[in-house]
Parts: sequence; structure tokens; C-alpha cells
Amino acid sequence: MSQSNGAVVNQLHRDDLGAKLGMWVFLFTEVLLFGGMFLVYAVYRFQFSDLFKLAALELNTGLGTFNTIVLLTSSLTMVLAIVAIQKNKKNLSLFYLASTIGFALIFMVVKYFEWSAKFSHGIYPGSEELLNRQNGEILFFGLYFVMTGLHAFHVIIGVIIIAVLMVFVYKNKIVHDNYVKLENGGLYWHLVDLIWIFLFPLFYLIH
Amino acid sequence: MADGNAHVAAKSFYEEGTTKKSTGITSWLFSTDHKRIGLMYLVTITAFFFVGALFGVLMRLELMAPGETIMGAQEYNTLFTLHGVIMIFLFIIPGIPAIFGNFFLPLQLGAKDVAFPRLNLLSYWIYLIGSVLVILSLFMQGGPIDTGWTFYVPYSVRTTTSVSLPLFAAFVLGFSSILTGLNFIVTIHRMRAPGMNFFRMPLFGWSIYATAWIQVIATPVVGITILLVIIERSFGVGIFDPALGGDPILFQHLFWIYSHPAVYIMILPAMGVVSEIIPTFSRRTIFGYTPIAMSSLAIAFVGYLVWAHHMFTSGMSDTSRVIFSLLTYIVALPSGVKVFNWVATMYKGSIDPKPPFLWVMSFVFLFSIGGLTGLVLGSITADIHVHDTYFVVSHFHYVMFGGTGTIVFAALYYWFPKMFGKMYNIKWANINALFYIIAFNVLYFPKFIMGYQGMPRRYYDYLPEFADLQMLSTIGSWIMFATLVSIFLNLYLAIKKGKKAHNNPWGGVTLEWQTSSPPPLLNFDREITVNHEPYDFSQLKELDYESK
Repeated sequence: MSQSNGAVVNQLHRDDLGAKLGMWVFLFTEVLLFGGMFLVYAVYRFQFSDLFKLAALELNTGLGTFNTIVLLTSSLTMVLAIVAIQKNKKNLSLFYLASTIGFALIFMVVKYFEWSAKFSHGIYPGSEELLNRQNGEILFFGLYFVMTGLHAFHVIIGVIIIAVLMVFVYKNKIVHDNYVKLENGGLYWHLVDLIWIFLFPLFYLIH
Repeated sequence: MADGNAHVAAKSFYEEGTTKKSTGITSWLFSTDHKRIGLMYLVTITAFFFVGALFGVLMRLELMAPGETIMGAQEYNTLFTLHGVIMIFLFIIPGIPAIFGNFFLPLQLGAKDVAFPRLNLLSYWIYLIGSVLVILSLFMQGGPIDTGWTFYVPYSVRTTTSVSLPLFAAFVLGFSSILTGLNFIVTIHRMRAPGMNFFRMPLFGWSIYATAWIQVIATPVVGITILLVIIERSFGVGIFDPALGGDPILFQHLFWIYSHPAVYIMILPAMGVVSEIIPTFSRRTIFGYTPIAMSSLAIAFVGYLVWAHHMFTSGMSDTSRVIFSLLTYIVALPSGVKVFNWVATMYKGSIDPKPPFLWVMSFVFLFSIGGLTGLVLGSITADIHVHDTYFVVSHFHYVMFGGTGTIVFAALYYWFPKMFGKMYNIKWANINALFYIIAFNVLYFPKFIMGYQGMPRRYYDYLPEFADLQMLSTIGSWIMFATLVSIFLNLYLAIKKGKKAHNNPWGGVTLEWQTSSPPPLLNFDREITVNHEPYDFSQLKELDYESK
């Protein structure tokens, strides 16, 4: 045994439960990363609650709701991709993964239009229009751009991860009896979804 | 297990790697073997430690005499910032977990490697990228960062020096720290040898476990805080800018929510090493295994709730100050549990004062001074008198350098024969320990006195009445630097031409002493099963060890 190469050992050592444990621990770190932002949000919401309500009226609740539905649906297709691979239906799984990426891209496009609409109204960090407003509104939009921006960054990372997973499925690296990578990718995607579930009411719904 | 005379394994991990070629630089840089990764960390971290120490020596040179001695105020500001950034982010936070945790945690658990070997290599690469970014930032436009390692706003947003890049480097280094912690958590949960339940795990493992959780849970908070400062510098969002409604104190809260638990990232692994060394050199099982293990978790937990004691003078309600002061005192309880249990372990033991043990004794002495002066700082009234003076500087150097730094050397002396298969010059190591403790106190003790007399920290100049003590401290820095060079010279010569070390030179009973030195690629040449407590010295009768 001492003759065997370490790389071989690494492949032989398979621990799905360990892999998932590692993923969950990583998700904790993501929660705490956003946790810091939510803390900042909470402090300023407490300090400027009236102005936050006022500023929130300017966000487009319709688009926000649409994006929420899009992202929730993408979580569904992610789960369906895992179910498909469990049933050994490779092409179906690839289809669902592609749909997940599709929904993610729709989300980003809507996000793009939302942001550019704000920019065209002169609302962006450091803009003259924004600086003429009251402090609470400045902070609201500052947090809006930072938090949804950080979230959008995670969506992009998620798209890359899912694309890599598609390659794995295509090359039969992820198969019906070894799909923990896909599950972990799914966990990440659900977290991205879940963070949006909190961002949506905090920015769009509390008027 | 009983068969301690491990048959000499065919090849050590130096001769057989995880890559195709087993020698050469690529066989190290692309190795997923936890032992090679640990050694790569050892080399990199030692290099940065000497850079940081050199900066410290230069700062002391400037302070040798009143007025401008060798540099101006701006250079001094830069130097203390870099000294802090390098020592904190590149030396002491990764220090023990990345070097000794990587090398010895799997060995002590009877595992073949960590849970995610490739992730482990990735952590090292991220660490390397982060450290390169720190170095790059020195040559950026605007000049090197001068904010102090705490990056307090509003200055860090306003200064024209290069702040964003070193901040981003700290973010990257945090990522490395998180991934290392994650890896250790899963390793401890999933990779223990059959029979090794949590309470048969060596105490080093427990301390690494507690540390890993802090790394995972606290580091992201400083990550986002750092990102916010970068965003603030680039876009002027206003989150920390009072003119736009933001609050600079909020930065301090967010910063210390990570950075206070981070001091336990620094000290907990050191305490774990102490819990390994004391039983081995007392030939006696650890006194109070469970309390020591639990106190690690207790320190990790309570450590989250004390951050605001860094901010007693920043502006906070009296109620919060009293609460944070009280919680700060509570941290002393689990720390005390550890110290008393260590001392009780030595009672009626058969003490063998080899170098690792002497270094641990230096630790107990220096760390006790550091810990007790921590109580002075934890009480609100006393803190307001000595806040931001040399007293604080001295306190954390006693805790961090005298505590963790000392134990880095203790761990190095303890595990060196296992890592390299060679033995260093014992007499030389003992003399180093003596000089170290003298140099340390000459260097840092005068700072307690100066701080109490009102010498503020981070000034490149001072009033004439401090001249004598400053001079004394500077002389201490020279002895210290010479001692550090001497320590590594001894170890370097041992690698080059030291005599071959016995597989178990100290008579230790934890699993790493039951394999060859240096260990084979897969750590053991047999399957490990555990049926003993970790420090059951009755095993020694059956184990092979160097008796003397």
C-alpha cells in the first residue's frame, strides 16, 4: 500500500457526507458575509426608517417580483436536474441545468434594466441627484447597489459553477451513483436564491 | 497500535510525492500531500516573519533616540502598518494551523491526509497570491499603506496612499484562512481513525477544531467590511461617511467582530500545542482532558461576544461598556482552566526539561503577564487611562508574540525531528530559549512602564523623559533579532548535517510518534485503530522511544 501513488488514493477516497459537510460549512461563511451587510442595513434602517420607506417607493416592485419568481423557478430546475441524474437521465439533467442558467441570465438582464433605469434618473453612488437628497435616502440607495450588486456577483459565480457542472455531467463525471458535486452546486444555488428572498422584501416591499 | 516499532517504511514523503515527479520545485508546488503543504507554509511564513521582524527592528531603531533618527513620520507610519499587516495576516493567523495543523492534524488523527487535499493546496496558493498582493501594494502609486493594520475609517478612505490593494490582499488571505478552517472541520469530523472518538482525540485537534470554527464564522465579516472600505474608496457610497449619514464607529464594530475572535484564531492552536508538549515531557497523562477540550470551545464562543472592549473610548453607551467589560473578564475563566490544568499535569510528573518544554515554560510566564495585563485593559476605568498607549502595544506583544510566537518555536522544536528526520543541537536550543526570554522582556517590558506613564502608540517621536526606556527597548530588539537568527540557524544546520533523529525522540504517545521520521506519503505503514486515551503513557512500555 505504501507504494501506491497519493493521487490514486485521493480518487479512491470518496466521502459524500464529508463533501456535503464541507459545502454546508462554506455556506455558513456566505451567510455571514451577507450577514455583515444585513447588520449594516438593520442599523441604518433603524436610524432612518422614514426615509428608507420613502426611498423604497422608487424601486420597481413589479420587476422585483418578476425576478423573485424567476430565481425561485431556477431553484426548481436545479432540483429537477439532480432528480434527473438520480434517474440516470443525462440529457434531461443537462436540459434542466441549461434552464437554470437561462433563468439566471433572465434575472441578470432584468437587473441590468433596473440598474440602468436608476442610473438614467441620476441615481448612483456619488451622483449629484443623490447627494442633494437626505442622508437616509443616500444610504438606502448605497445599500441597494452594494447588496444587490454583491448578490448579482454571486449569481454570476453560480452560472459559472453550473456551466462547469454541465461539463461534468456531459463527460459522465457526474453520474447516477456519484452526483455529490451536483448536489453541492445545487446547495450553492439555493443559497443565492435564499439571499434574494431576504433582499427582495427588505428593499422592494417595506414601504 | 501496540506495535510501536514501526518497521522502517520504504520511502518517506520526501522521496515519494503525489505528483508524477517526486522531486523538484513542481513536486512541491503542486503536491496535495498535507505534509508537503505544511512545509511550504513553514518556509513562506518564516520568510514573512523575518520581514515583519526586520520592520520591527527598524521601528525600534527610529525610536532609539528622540527626534528623527533614521526615518520621518510618514515612513514610520508605513512601517508600523506593514509590520502589523505582515505579522497579523501573513504570520500569526495562518502560523500554527497552516504549518503544524496541516502537518500534524492528519497524523494525530491516524488519517492519510486531510479531507480535501486539493482544496488544501488551493488554500496555499490563495495564501501565496494574497502575500504577493501585499508586496505589490508597496510599489503602487501613492506609496505604501499608512493606516495601521486596523484600517480605521475615515482615514483609510481619505488617505492618498495605496489602501485598496492591501485591503484586497487581506480579503484574499481571509479566503485562504476560511478554506483551511473548513478543511480541518471536515477532517476532524470524517477522517478520525477507527476507535478514535472525539474524546480520544489529542487536545491539539480540539484546539484546531475550535479555531477552525472561528475562522469559518468570523472571517467573512471582516471580508465584507474590507470590501465596504474598498467600495467606499472607489464609489463614495457613504456607508461609513458621516456627511452622507454613515457611521465610522460602525466600521469599528464590524472590524472587531472579526478581529477580536481572530486573536483566538491566533492563540487557541498555541494552547493546543502546549497541551501536547506538557504531558510528553512530564510523562503523565493530561490533567483534566475534558475541561481543557471544552475550554477551547468556550473561549471560541465567548470570544465572539467581547469585541467592543477595543472601543471603550470610541463612543458607546455605558451599559454596553459595562456588559462588554464583564464578558471580557469571563474569557479569563476558560483561559485559567487551561493554565491550572497544565500546571496540575506537571505535578508529580517526571519532568524532562528538553527544549520544547523550556519554550512552553517561557510561554506560561510571558502569556501570564500578557493575560493579566489584559484584565487591566478589560476594566473600563483603567483602559481609559492606558488606551492607545504603549501599554496596549506591550500587552498584545506579550500575548501574541510571547504567547503564540513562543509556541511556534516550541512546536518547531517539538515536531522538528518528525518533520525532517533530523535532530538539532539541544544545548544550543536551550541557550536560545534563555536568550529569548531575556530579550523578550528587555524589549517589551519597558513599554508597560512607558505606556503607564502616557507614551502614546504609533508616534515616531517622544518626549525626552522616555529616552532611557526607549533605548533599553531598542537594545532588546537587537538581542531578540540575533536570537531569532540563531534559532533558525540551529534548525537549518540540523537539516543540513544534523544526526538522524529517532522516530520517537521524546517518548510521546500520540499517533504521530508511532510512524517513521519523516513519515511515509500515506503517514502510516499499517491501518490505525485506537483503543487508548490520547495521553496514556502506559503505552510507552510497548512503544519504541529514545530513553534518556
